[in-house]
Parts: sequence; C-alpha cells; structure tokens
Amino acid sequence: MPSKPAGTLYRGREGMWSWVAHRITGVGIFFFLLVHVLDTALVRVSPEAYNEVIGTYKNPLVGLLEVGLVAAILFHAFNGVRLILVDFWAKGPRYQRQLMIGVGVVWVVLFVPFVIRHLTHVFGG
Amino acid sequence: MSESAPGIAAPRSSSRARKLKGGGRNRSGQTNFELYSWLFMRLSGLALVILVLGHLFVNLMLGGGITALDFGFVAGKWANPLWQVWDLLMLWLAMLHGTNGLRTIINDYAEKDQTRFWLKSLLITAAIVIVVLGTLVIFTFDPCLDPNSTLSVCK
Repeated sequence: MPSKPAGTLYRGREGMWSWVAHRITGVGIFFFLLVHVLDTALVRVSPEAYNEVIGTYKNPLVGLLEVGLVAAILFHAFNGVRLILVDFWAKGPRYQRQLMIGVGVVWVVLFVPFVIRHLTHVFGG
Repeated sequence: MSESAPGIAAPRSSSRARKLKGGGRNRSGQTNFELYSWLFMRLSGLALVILVLGHLFVNLMLGGGITALDFGFVAGKWANPLWQVWDLLMLWLAMLHGTNGLRTIINDYAEKDQTRFWLKSLLITAAIVIVVLGTLVIFTFDPCLDPNSTLSVCK
C-alpha cells in the first residue's frame, strides 16, 4: 500500500468520500428503480397481483429499507446539486466546503420529517 | 498515474480536446458524445430532483403514505394526465441518468475490453426492457381491468 501523499486536497478528504458516496448511492438507487418499474408493471397483470406485491413494501423490515432508500436519494440529489454548482457557478469551487455543509443541512431538514412520518405509517402510529 | 484504458474517452471530452491531445489515435470516434453525456447528467439530474422528490412527497408523505398504496391509488393517480406525464418523464430521465451512470462506473472498474463489452450489453438490454415495459404500462393501464371492480371510475 503506498502511503498517502502529503498535502493532497482530494484523496482521503471529504471531496473523495462524497464522490464515493455518490457512486454507491447511485448504483443502489438504479437497482431499486429496476425493481420498482417491475413491481409497478403488475398493475397490468391484476389488481390482486399488484396489491400483494406492494403489500411487501408495508412490512416493517422493508419499511426500514425504504428509510435507507430515501436517505440515499436525498444525498444523491443534493450532492448532485452541489456538483452542478461547483461545475457551473464561478464561485462554486471556492465555496465547496460550505456547499458540502449545505448538502448536510438540507439532507437533515428533509430526512428527519420523512423518517418520523414514514415510520409512523409503517409501525401504525 | 496509469494511462487511461484504450477505447474509452475521458468524461467531458469534446472532439476538439481529443484532437489536441491525441490526434487521430483515438479510435473511439471523433464525436462529442462524452461532452453531451456529462451535460445530460447535470440537466437530467436537476429535473429528477423535482420529479423524484415530488413523487416521494405525494406517495409517502401525504395522506396515509405507504399504507395507502394499492391498485386504487395508482388508478386514481393515472386518471390525471399530469401524473402520467410526470411518471413518464421520471421513468425516461431516471433510466437514462442511471444507465449512463452505470456505464461510467463500468468504464472505470472493468479493465478488460471483453468484460466492459458484456457488462454494457447487459446494462443496455436491461435498460431497454425496463423503459419499454414502463412506458407501455403507463399508456395501456386500464383501471377497470377487473370486471367486478368497485373503483369509482369503473361504475
């Protein structure tokens, strides 16, 4: 293993980890999307077939996976907006740290109300 | 730094940039495909923020959330052309965005030409099947498929 070079602005820092997280969440969301189009396609088979499969989305374990899915989507969405700002906004690269903090703030502000509401539904509050 | 794999153009590269860099040696063609792909990821990404977060808000936050999702819920939503267009746009943009993202990842991590070829063939096949299926479902959906349906639109 080569040792970490001194003074790098990217490797091992938040820029690298947000890039890694963007890839991992992107791949995860993509595979969910494939499954989600297939389960929705069951509306063309019969109402019973659709209701049965969509019923699995309501069980507590899958309900918790949905929390993970939404966490991934919110990160991917707002990290993507940050990427766009870094690429197209002249001051984007200079404020990249603040933008990173902004992604975290927006993520928390949207994720917390979602978790409360969704888990209330899933666990029948 | 290792040399980039032959046959893969750098992201964001235009034909002009490639000409400056490697002259005619690049066998991947002199198109601006990677530049347009890079731009498409940003434009579709912005649209998807609205489309996907709107979808999640309406389906999971409003009303009974996940507990209210059933055949009748889908029938009610697709009775409105706005949601048909919304879901169609979301399907196409998300699939193109996701497929292009996976293409980039395959190019990055699959080192053999053969591996890349097969992974990308599988990816594109899956993407076409899903987009065609999803599009047909949105346009051929019949809420009154069941003759004994008690949904209000079927009476």
